[in-house]
Amino acid sequence: MLQRSLLSLLAVVLLLGAAPSQATAEIEPARQRELLHLLRHDCGSCHGMTLKGGLGPTLLPQALAGKPAATLEATVLYGRAGTPMPPWHGLLTEEEVAWLVALLMKGVPDAP
Amino acid sequence: MHRSLLLLSLLSLLLGGCATTTLRGTGDLGLIIERADGSVLIVESTHQQTLARIEGLGDLSHASVVYSRDERYAYVFGRDGALTKVDMLGHKIVGRVMQSGNSIGGAISQDGRLVAVANYEPGGVKVFDADTLELLADIPAAYGDGKFSKVVGLEDTTDNRFAFSLYDAGEIWVMDLRDARNPVIEKFRNIGRQPYDALVSMDGRHYIAGLFGEDGLALLDLWRPERGVQRILDNYGRGEQPLPVYKMPHLEGWALSEEHAYLPAIGRHEVLIVDRHNWKEAGRVAVHGQPVFAMARPDGRQLWVNFAHPHNDTVQVIDTVTHQVIATLKPGKAVLHMEFTPRGEHIWLSARDDNRVDIYDTRTLQHLGSLPVRNPSGIFFTARAHRIGL
Ligand code: HEC
Repeated sequence: MLQRSLLSLLAVVLLLGAAPSQATAEIEPARQRELLHLLRHDCGSCHGMTLKGGLGPTLLPQALAGKPAATLEATVLYGRAGTPMPPWHGLLTEEEVAWLVALLMKGVPDAP
Repeated sequence: MHRSLLLLSLLSLLLGGCATTTLRGTGDLGLIIERADGSVLIVESTHQQTLARIEGLGDLSHASVVYSRDERYAYVFGRDGALTKVDMLGHKIVGRVMQSGNSIGGAISQDGRLVAVANYEPGGVKVFDADTLELLADIPAAYGDGKFSKVVGLEDTTDNRFAFSLYDAGEIWVMDLRDARNPVIEKFRNIGRQPYDALVSMDGRHYIAGLFGEDGLALLDLWRPERGVQRILDNYGRGEQPLPVYKMPHLEGWALSEEHAYLPAIGRHEVLIVDRHNWKEAGRVAVHGQPVFAMARPDGRQLWVNFAHPHNDTVQVIDTVTHQVIATLKPGKAVLHMEFTPRGEHIWLSARDDNRVDIYDTRTLQHLGSLPVRNPSGIFFTARAHRIGL
């Protein structure tokens, strides 16, 4: 447990240092569609399909406003120890996570 | 000319009349949730067909269903806090209340007169009249100083009681609704961190909550509540770091035979086998991924297991005598739920990303057919009406 939280702390620090905005690299439209699907359905299993919250908190823009993107990206990549939020690195790249977080902060288009 | 017109209208009258007076039962009916569209399908398992689609149920991600004791009405619990009553014969919505901002499921009382809903936001339980959907009781899940907990694992048991768990508080509450407007609540504290779902045994005796924050489960014997909550399968992970969990297991589908209980291990590619007499571990079965549902065929002879992302294209069948995996099926993309026909000769599987529900023979393990369904998730047959804890 301790190791894991240290690790995520480290990750936050690293990410904070590494200016996350570089990560908004191009993502193929087909992959974007897959990510949207993942967001609604797989993230949605804990955060709600409409992202209004479930076991995990709401991920609507109002709720995320003011939170640093880098912290949110680190949460998605490395999870939060001691909570059900799982790490997605290995399944998602840093660029994909940055794209998802930017999308969450802006608001997800309603199409399924 | 006149005469044939008359005949025609007579005929259509008759036909119309017929359609509404044809008698049928409801014992082979069910609902399939179309989670992305806010609709449900009414299906019939004898001829494996869809009878109707009903729309307008709102956000149905994680939706679940209970049935009235006459199997005429379904109560659908939506994620967005809606409770919708569906007429299985009339093919229409006959009642609907937005009862909270965010809910997780519900249960129907032993006498069929009360429907209880578990809410995340605001955290608590609400109890409704099953006929009218009138609110009868509101039980906020208050703990600590002025905080409210998400409620999970709300299950019906005998004597018109319900049991549920407080995710944020680590408590189990048992609610006696003999007088529905004045619930009597018994609280069990310090049951372990982050209970995330629960089940009640078919006889209504044992309530078991899975704990996300602990390496074990919480057991309450509802026949001997004075003994309090007991930890079972303590340290089943043997101190090893669990894998990340991409989908929380569902415990309502936990399988109990007379001898054993079969539980999905959280964060592990294992199904745990527990001896029901002493609640000690009786073995484990290595499986293809992290189990989400481990469901026993109604006769208890097989266990069907589906898995979390990224293994959710697979279903495995376990023989409950040999505890061997006897089949590994790849029914489709994102198999979210499984439901047996009332006596278990068939199983229906929802393949969410293939927009299909597949039907398998549980003896031959052969694929029998499919129904087109948009993003199917839960499948619920009316036979649940007569099972405690479903
Ligand atoms: C198994 C359940 C689960 C899944 C699946 C899940 N999350 Fe989470 N998530 C949580 C929980 C619980 C929290 C709150 C953790 C805490 O208490 O700090 C959380 C927190 C977050 C946060 C931080 C929110 C904030 O306000 O600080 C973000 C961002 C997030 N999740 C994004 C995602 C994304 C994106 C996905 C899919 C790729 C995802 N989550 C999948 C359970 C989950």
